[in-house]
Parts: sequence; C-alpha cells; structure tokens
Amino acid sequence: MKELRLMKGNEALAEAAIRAGTDAYFGYPITPQSEIIEYLMHENPYERTGMVVLQAESEVAAINMVYGAAACGKRTMTSSSSPGISLKQEGLSYIAGAELPCIVVNIVRGGPGLGTIQPSQSDYFQAVKGGGHGDYKLIVLAPATVQETVDFVKLGYELAFKYRNTVMILSDGIIGQMMEKVELFEQMPRENKDYEWATVGKKPGKDSVIVTSLYLKSEDQEKLNFRLQAKYREIEKAEVRFETIMTEDAEYLFTAFGSCARITRKAMEMARAKGIKVGLVRPISLYPFPVKIFEELAPKVKGILTVEMNAGQMVEDVRLAVNGKTKVEHYGRFGGIIPSPEEILNALEQKIIGG
Amino acid sequence: MSENLIKPENLVYKKTNVLTDKVMHYCPGCGHGTAHRMLAEVIDELGIQEQTIGVAPVGCSVLAYYYFDVDMQEAAHGRATAVATGIKRVFPEKYVFTYQGDGDLAAIGTAETIHACNRGENILIVFINNGIYGMTGGQMAPTTLPGMKSSTSPRGRDVATMGNPLKITEIIATLPGSYYVTRQSVHTPGNARKAKRALKKAMEYQKENKGTCLVEIVSNCPSGWKMTPVESNKWMEENMFPFYPLGDIKVPQ
Repeated sequence: MKELRLMKGNEALAEAAIRAGTDAYFGYPITPQSEIIEYLMHENPYERTGMVVLQAESEVAAINMVYGAAACGKRTMTSSSSPGISLKQEGLSYIAGAELPCIVVNIVRGGPGLGTIQPSQSDYFQAVKGGGHGDYKLIVLAPATVQETVDFVKLGYELAFKYRNTVMILSDGIIGQMMEKVELFEQMPRENKDYEWATVGKKPGKDSVIVTSLYLKSEDQEKLNFRLQAKYREIEKAEVRFETIMTEDAEYLFTAFGSCARITRKAMEMARAKGIKVGLVRPISLYPFPVKIFEELAPKVKGILTVEMNAGQMVEDVRLAVNGKTKVEHYGRFGGIIPSPEEILNALEQKIIGG
Repeated sequence: MSENLIKPENLVYKKTNVLTDKVMHYCPGCGHGTAHRMLAEVIDELGIQEQTIGVAPVGCSVLAYYYFDVDMQEAAHGRATAVATGIKRVFPEKYVFTYQGDGDLAAIGTAETIHACNRGENILIVFINNGIYGMTGGQMAPTTLPGMKSSTSPRGRDVATMGNPLKITEIIATLPGSYYVTRQSVHTPGNARKAKRALKKAMEYQKENKGTCLVEIVSNCPSGWKMTPVESNKWMEENMFPFYPLGDIKVPQ
C-alpha cells in the first residue's frame, strides 16, 4: 500500500531501516545525521519489529558491534558523518576481509579534520577507493533525493546479502536535512535465516563456523584476495546504476552525483534555455562506477564538466572512463559551500565551451 | 588411540570435546592452554556447546578459534567486547564470551571493555593478564609491573615516564553493570580448579542475565619474560600476585 509522507531525509532513512527488517542498528551521535538514531530511539522499533537499537560509546565500537551482529547473519546497519566514518575505516576493512553484509550510511559534511557541519561530497575517495587498509571495495550508492535514500536501504540489504559486502549509502547534509515527499515501502518481516557462513551456534556433526579475516599463510591470504576480486568484477558487471538526462543530442556533458546532480540539472536547464546543448550523466552507483556510459558518450561530445562539492574526486574516475577521448574539467566548491546553478553554468562556458 | 586402550570403566579424565585436536601454537609452559581447557570443560559440562559463540582477540590467543570447537568470530584489536555486544544483542539467548589479553583488553580496547561492562552486557570476559605483549615479542603492556623489563622498557618500567600498570579488573568491579569479577590463576592444579569454578559460575550467571562477568587469569609468559616455565611461575607468584592479588573482587550480593 502506497504511503506518502513529508519527511526529513535522515528520518525517512531511519523509518526505511525499520521497514526493511533491520535486526540491529548501532550508532553514535554526530551532526548532520543524529536524527537517524534519534528517530529510531523515538520510534522504539523493538516494539514494532524486534529491531535492536543501541547507542555505542564511539563510532569504533558501533562498527564493531555491526561486525558481531552481521556475522550472525543479521540485517545490520550503522550511520555516521565524515569524521565518524573515518573512525569506522578499521572496522570496514575487517568486515570486507570477513565478507560480511551490512549497510553503512555516510551523511557527508565538509572536511578535512573536524571540518564543518555543512554538506559536502569530499568523502568520495574514501568511499569508493578504500579508506581502510587492504584491497577491498564497498558498493557505494549515492541518493539524490529523500525517496532514493529510502529505496537504497531496501536495495542496500539485497546487494549486501547477495555479495556479502558492505553497502555504503553516500549521502550528504543536504539530503539528510531537507524535507521531501516520500513514498514508503511496506513493512518487511525480519528474516531470521540461518546462513551457513554465520555464527549461530555450532550445528551437531558439522564444523564450527569461524568468522575471521586472518590468513597467516600468504597463499591463503592471496586466495581470499582472488575471491574478493572475482566478486568485485561480478559487481562491476551487474550492479552499475546511473541516470542520463538529455544526453541524446548533447554537445556537452555535465556529470555530478547526489545532491550536486540536482543543482547541476538546474544549470543544464538554464543552459538549454540559452541554446547550449548540454546533457547530464548522474552516477548512482559510485562503485561500481558507470564506466561504459562515459566510454559511449565521450566521442560524441566536445567536453565534460564534472561538478562536485569537493576539490575534484569523481573527476578522476570520469577521466579514467573517458580515457582522453574528450576534454574533462572539474568545477567544485567545498568546505560546506553549495554551488549555485548560475556559477555551474558559468563554469561550463568558461572551462568547456570557451576553454 | 589411547582411548581404545583404556576400558571405559577405568577412564577418569579425558580431553573435552569442546577442544579440537588441533595442536596449539602456544609456547611450552604458557598458561593459555590450561585456561582454554578450563573454559572448554565448563562449556562441555553445562551442555552449551551449540549455544555458545566466542570472540577471539588480537594477541597470542588470536587463533583461539582453532582450539575451541564452538562458533567463533575474530575481532579487531581491542574490539572484542563491542563485537560480543553485537552478537549478544541479536542473540540474547546464546552464551557469548570474549577471550582477551592485557594489551587487547586494557590498552587499545579500554573504552570498549569499560562501556560493555558499564552497560552490563550479559557476556563473559576471560582476561588473560601476563603483563606483556607476548605475540609481538615481549613489549611493555598496560599491566607490566613497575621496574619490569620488556623489549620497550629494557631498563625496566619507569612509571615516571611510562605510566603505571592499570588494574582494570578493579575498575570494572566498581561499575554497576558488572556482576561477578574475580582474579584467578591456572599455574597449579588447585588454582586451575578454582579458575574453572569461577568460569562456570560466570557462565551460569549469564543464563540468568545478571550482567557482565569478568574472570581475570594472571598468567605467565616464559618466552616474553625470558624464563623457564618453572622460573616464570615462581616469578609470577613472587611479583605478579602481590600486585594482582588472587580472589574474588566483586561477588553477587
């Protein structure tokens, strides 16, 4: 049944977590995402579905609680914002090594350091390239609306359990804090499945289950890495998500993700009104990155402007995908400054059309 | 093999099925093997092998999951009680234990340890205190005694510059969430039996959801202390026990 509500991004995400049948959420307060744990505590989901919500003593503890519950085969989630996500990197590396499923939400704020509580996209590298130690990947989904935030919780668990991998929802302070109309999906049951890889108590006649990322023999550690890399190639084949807007006749391209893509879309409309044929590619999965659409469109356009609320991070992946076939430039504001459509259009005219 | 030679009516003691047949990597004379066995026997005697989930630390007992024949998870360094919290919160009816050394529990994992105990997580923490980082080659630990030599305090622990040994077990006993806190050893048959009784009590309390139980086992480290096993046990009695006295620290009222 369709249920429409006007909700703040963070609260909608928390409601989606309950409805997606989350077994356990572990978190620690940090602006601009504290509404997530506040909403959960207020809703008392233990009464609604039996979902556990616990405020941990730190982000480090929270991600390790996620590890423990995820290794029991449970739907487990944590959320934080940039400085807190940095603290979770150790745990994310261990979770990758132990091949556990979970959802980690990053409502990004400006950095480096304690930074600012204003929105930013400066954690792109950390999210898609690794951040923790070792060769591993997170599946990274970047919502541009409150609706996508909600939908990606449901999709997130599907992908996390399909690949036994962390799914990161890489949002930002704009989407987390703004209110929008959102259609909520119906309450899903908590699963209560016994996975053969999960520690649920030793089964009679079977070997005990060990969840670890330690392989002291290099040959075994390499075997794990081969298995992980094979999984990532599979994800790159099957889980690419993106949106294209007015790219059919485009002479120029904008590319942007998340909230920044919505501002850039406005700039695109303004450019079109001036007779500039520009389209927009919005990567939705930042890992796996939508390489093919750039390979396909690059020879057809005179240049691509990557617009990000950072100093130029996704632009590196765009350049790799374009591989020199057309000019790629970056325009960004950072430290919590949100670019206006006018300045984005101006950047297109200066850096791409006039440049 | 030996079991075939012994008639069942003559069998008085055997290895518990809760320990695997894997050859342990622990150094000769180290207390870990005995501590493992005591805990495994408790799990066996309580008949909870299929309901028990353990958490191994980073340290000498990092491979404990090869020896305990129960489902286990390997935690990041110091995070065992946070991992155990995650397990226990989704499986409140299971028996959850962590097995941690002093560096893991009382240095890098101090926050996780204290907060898990303060929340009164219904878990058993087995804390092996040998006053040294054994696995990495004998560096100074949070529990290294004043004046005690290690590879990072080669002239002995100078408390003025290196800080004091941390009696974390006493700290935990002051927290309302802890229920049963005791300090034991396993270096003599009598002490091992006492330690086993403490572990058994702690597991029984877990069934009753009483709060966090912590059993510290003061142990030797012949390799790290650079002594023979016999010397190390004597040194432990003469130096470790006066600083870390054995006995119950917090008992249920």
